[in-house]
Amino acid sequence: MDYGTYRGVYTLILLVLFLVIVYWAYSKKRKKDFDDIASSILDEDVNDKPLKKESSNDND
Amino acid sequence: MTTTTIAHPEYNYKVVKQFALTTVLWGIIGMAVGVLIAAQLIWPALNFDTPWLTFSRLRPLHTNAVIFAFGTSALFATSYYVVQRTCKVRLISDKIAAFTFWGWQAIIISAVITLPLGISTAKEYAELEWPIDILITIVWVAYAYVFIGTIAIRKTSHIYVANWFYAGFIITVAVLHLVNSAAIPVTLFKSYSIYSGAVDAMIQWWYGHNAVGFLLTAGFLGMMYYFVPKQAERPVYSYRLSVVHFWALVSLYIWAGPHHLHYTALPDWTQSLGMVMSVILFIPSWGGMINGIMTLSGAWHKLRTDPVLRFLIVSLSFYGMSTFEGPMMAIKSVNALSHYTDWTVGHVHSGALGWVAMVSIGALYHLIPRLYGKTQMADLKLVNTHFWLHTVGVVFYIVSMWISGVMQGLMWRAVNSDGTLTYSFVQSLEASYPFYFVRFLGGVFVVAGMLVMGYNVYKTVRGDKQVAAGQTQAA
Repeated sequence: MDYGTYRGVYTLILLVLFLVIVYWAYSKKRKKDFDDIASSILDEDVNDKPLKKESSNDND
Repeated sequence: MTTTTIAHPEYNYKVVKQFALTTVLWGIIGMAVGVLIAAQLIWPALNFDTPWLTFSRLRPLHTNAVIFAFGTSALFATSYYVVQRTCKVRLISDKIAAFTFWGWQAIIISAVITLPLGISTAKEYAELEWPIDILITIVWVAYAYVFIGTIAIRKTSHIYVANWFYAGFIITVAVLHLVNSAAIPVTLFKSYSIYSGAVDAMIQWWYGHNAVGFLLTAGFLGMMYYFVPKQAERPVYSYRLSVVHFWALVSLYIWAGPHHLHYTALPDWTQSLGMVMSVILFIPSWGGMINGIMTLSGAWHKLRTDPVLRFLIVSLSFYGMSTFEGPMMAIKSVNALSHYTDWTVGHVHSGALGWVAMVSIGALYHLIPRLYGKTQMADLKLVNTHFWLHTVGVVFYIVSMWISGVMQGLMWRAVNSDGTLTYSFVQSLEASYPFYFVRFLGGVFVVAGMLVMGYNVYKTVRGDKQVAAGQTQAA
């Protein structure tokens, strides 16, 4: 594969990767998780102290 | 000190406080140097015939002070604060965090000493000589370890979006610094870049524009994604948009550098590529800006009563303005008019004073009272005074530079019917004097605002503990 073709294929791979990220981010399955994450920083009581336990599973 | 250690025994707020307070100090100093050199452009006698006070030596001192002392200290402070609170865990190492603080201050002091002495690599925004560059590398690796190490030991299952932006900024700045600063030392204070000619120029502006893209943009977007929702007390408008925003921004910014080298010895195709990528960059920039501003949707009334939120939201408007202006100026035909004129200077300051400084100031007004166990700044009226001083100052600055820049561009390209230049360079300089004065005035407003902030911060830190219901922690 010559240099130009390689760069073309590489660019295409990055484009596809980006579209996959967009699809993933906007898939219905992710919506609730994302909403929970977005709200998580507003919970002062939880935020003022580090968690003692391992994972909190707060966004299941 | 003691009040906070009682309120938040588990988080390391000491390093956050140190960086937050030095941010204010370096902001005042860096911007004051800017006002001095703005005054020198009107009254050249202000260099007092002293080599250390000439424009050529103080200008890099000003840029280093505001970008690396003020801006980067703000990033250190907020990133250490945000990563602890969103990962719900203390910094991975207090000692290394303290090292990043003292190391970074040592770098700033070295810059303050060497730049007025004329010790410089002459690479814009990378003027510091090789021994300081090595120290920067060591401190930056320590910073990356503390920040990413803290994410690695997080107690939450997710990594909040602000941390993605901060981590992207830290990693990219490391790469940029290492590549662009590669040099061969000749003496203790002199080195020569290993690159030469057009390659050197391209490496320099790959570095230069990505310093804008990752330090002055991605880092401060991290700040935006935490402090705007916190101050507005609402979750970010669209978290999914923030994910796409991050990946689009980091994958596109890296290509925009060549727009600094239009119509130079750089190959034409590289210039055109840089132009196209810069224009495309408009999309993720505005996506992010809209995401930040729309966080306030349904709560616009808060802008009327909350000057801190006003700082944050107006910073995003300036971000939107300069990320529209930037792609436009990257178009070659526009650049033919704007390049080397004051328009560029105006554009930079619309980003630096409008976006970077305002989002940092807003974040600090949110952060500082909380670090010292208070609910808000000692005097909210003074926050409002600062907001107006700063806004008026920025508007004076950028409007005067627009007019002056476009005028310069038009005067430089004007030709008589026989093909000779209509105006000499000195004629265009004379025409710019009134605008230089307005710019100076804008700078005075901005520094006055920073002094008001300094006083307010002093009062907040020193003041008695405010005890408001719901804010005290049992601890």
